[in-house]
Amino acid sequence: MSIAKAKAQGTQLFLPLSVLAILIVINLIKGADYFSMSVINGALYGNIPNILFGASELVILAIGMTLVSASSRGQDISVGVAGAITSAVFVQVLLNSGNITWLTIGLSFLVSCAVGIAIGAFNGSLVAIFKVQPMVATLILFTAGRSIAFMIDGKLSPVLANDLTSQLGGVIPGVPIQTPIILTVLFIAVVALFIKTTNLKLYAESVGINEKAARLNGIDPAKIKFLTYMILGLCSAVAGFIAVTKAGRHDSVNILKFVEMDAILAVAIGGNALSGGTFSIAGSIIGAYTIEVLSRTLLRLEVGTETIKAFKAAFIIVLMIIASPVVRAYAAKALRWVRSRMHEGIVLDTGALEAAAASNPNAPAKKEE
Amino acid sequence: MKKQFRIIGVLCLLAMLALTPAVVFAAGAKEGAAKGGLIKVGIVNLPPEESGYRQANVEDMNVVFSKANGYDAKQTNTGDNSEQIAAAQGYIRDGVDYLLISAANASGWDNVLKSAKSAGVTVFLFDRLIQTDPSNFQAALVSDMAAEGNTAVNWLLSQGLSSYKVILIRGQLGSAAELGRSAAVLKARDAGKLSIVADGTGGDSWSLEEARKVVEAAITAGKDFNVIYAENDGMAQGAVQALAAAGITHGKNGKVKIIGFDFNRFALRNVQAGYWDCDIQCSPRQAAEISSWIKAKATGAALPSGIVYQKEIFVDTATITDDIIAKFGINADPGKGVVTK
Repeated sequence: MSIAKAKAQGTQLFLPLSVLAILIVINLIKGADYFSMSVINGALYGNIPNILFGASELVILAIGMTLVSASSRGQDISVGVAGAITSAVFVQVLLNSGNITWLTIGLSFLVSCAVGIAIGAFNGSLVAIFKVQPMVATLILFTAGRSIAFMIDGKLSPVLANDLTSQLGGVIPGVPIQTPIILTVLFIAVVALFIKTTNLKLYAESVGINEKAARLNGIDPAKIKFLTYMILGLCSAVAGFIAVTKAGRHDSVNILKFVEMDAILAVAIGGNALSGGTFSIAGSIIGAYTIEVLSRTLLRLEVGTETIKAFKAAFIIVLMIIASPVVRAYAAKALRWVRSRMHEGIVLDTGALEAAAASNPNAPAKKEE
Repeated sequence: MKKQFRIIGVLCLLAMLALTPAVVFAAGAKEGAAKGGLIKVGIVNLPPEESGYRQANVEDMNVVFSKANGYDAKQTNTGDNSEQIAAAQGYIRDGVDYLLISAANASGWDNVLKSAKSAGVTVFLFDRLIQTDPSNFQAALVSDMAAEGNTAVNWLLSQGLSSYKVILIRGQLGSAAELGRSAAVLKARDAGKLSIVADGTGGDSWSLEEARKVVEAAITAGKDFNVIYAENDGMAQGAVQALAAAGITHGKNGKVKIIGFDFNRFALRNVQAGYWDCDIQCSPRQAAEISSWIKAKATGAALPSGIVYQKEIFVDTATITDDIIAKFGINADPGKGVVTK
């Protein structure tokens, strides 16, 4: 059983990893210096640090989105807006706290996290208690949220121009890695620890697979859904914090705009079913980095400004078709057929089919092309 | 436990619901009926939370078209074109003297404009044009995006650099601002006056992060450039962040010249500190000029007609003053000497 499970996990990660590998190969073909790094201003600089830096908010949101998708069988489309609100709160609390120190930054961050959890609780209560469709429930904030952030901002986009917050969004002297990358790694570690030490993964999966069966086994589905939305709210707050310290300015209109779509896409690329059930957070994290690598690859290949969106969309469509259950099932069937032929020892007239069969297990998904 | 849970959920919901109307209706406060002698004006505008530009625009309209200035004005703020049209029809029914429109969508206005005309209401468009016959409105006061672009390019070409290798960061492709501001650079390139090293966009949200990625891609590809031409301030900021992280000097005494648009106060402070080089105004304050037309009409002068362009200025590190920042800037002022890193 455990072997089967490990195998399932392996095939789930196969898709995002292979896509990432393809992208990296494309980048290497474009220029062999892709991985080269140098030290600038005491921090590592190069393509890889840039990718890790750029994807930090998306990675964090993708983690929360994975949990929500798994338990509630739907997506939260208000994560970007939630991040805009929590970061607005962060900025206001910080700017009104008198002097800016690590302590006041920490406290303001905690306040913004509390707001994020409250937003998650709001969405969660709609979904878990009132059984509203997740996308409809979160549409409320998606529509009204930026106005709320705008009011919190006092109708002006406030500026966070001081050394400490720009160190958080950039580099802390003496640390060779950009701070958002470190914060993201820390966040991933905390989540990993949380998942390992609690039953959350099991409970969320069972609720997502069959709510009634979960309830019969003593799991309260409403509670689990509510909890996952609160965790996503917290993720939004952390992402908002990173985004606003990076930007150095709170622009309620544009901060984290459209990020929810990328977060959902990251979950899907990670091989997770958007219809709930078993999930892999590692897959979503790789998915998030894949999206970042993809958009940077298109820039590196100097795809025309007008066509860059179309390229991105086409790439993602091809990817999703390859990953679709229909193609997967067909590939698996084809693979089984080839294997059974081999086992039966039926010798066909030429070695051509055998050659094809030999090459197949390595690339089952590509058989259709 | 479960009950407790439910109560918490309901409380959260109520708290959020209580907040929502405050936000939704805060923008649309309306008051009182017309008094004798006041000029009745109906303003159909976009919501202030659309952008810093719009916030300044809405406020400017409220300040200029006030009772103190002899106006009985009402303003509707919505980003929905059909709601805007409904509001305009309402103003026409109310018998306003002037109707001012900044349309969410450039099409679909023909019928409203015609009914305004037959009701004897004078229509001015501000900030945004409408695709309609010019006879359907009196005049339109808008920014000349092409002129803004030319201002920037002329400033750049007067800097006496041995060559101009530009990273062009466009805004939302196809928008009036993007087309006008890009056109000047493309024209200068076609004339051989500058070269475009990288041509990117911040996308539909004029995104700081996307702009940063465009510059990072150029840096890691080892491209040589000495000008950043970003079509708004947020994208210029993202570009500068990419330069700073890569240790490339910029601004007054640096290698790369930084050009931004829109006159955000933080951007003007950056120019003042020599962190950036040049910023071009895109004025959201059309109300005073339209008001002067209306007042002039009362004294017998003719109203202007057709498209009228606003006069807009630019600043560089030599010409910027605190006065300009206070008077013409938009959004929050970070204070003198503060730069956004």
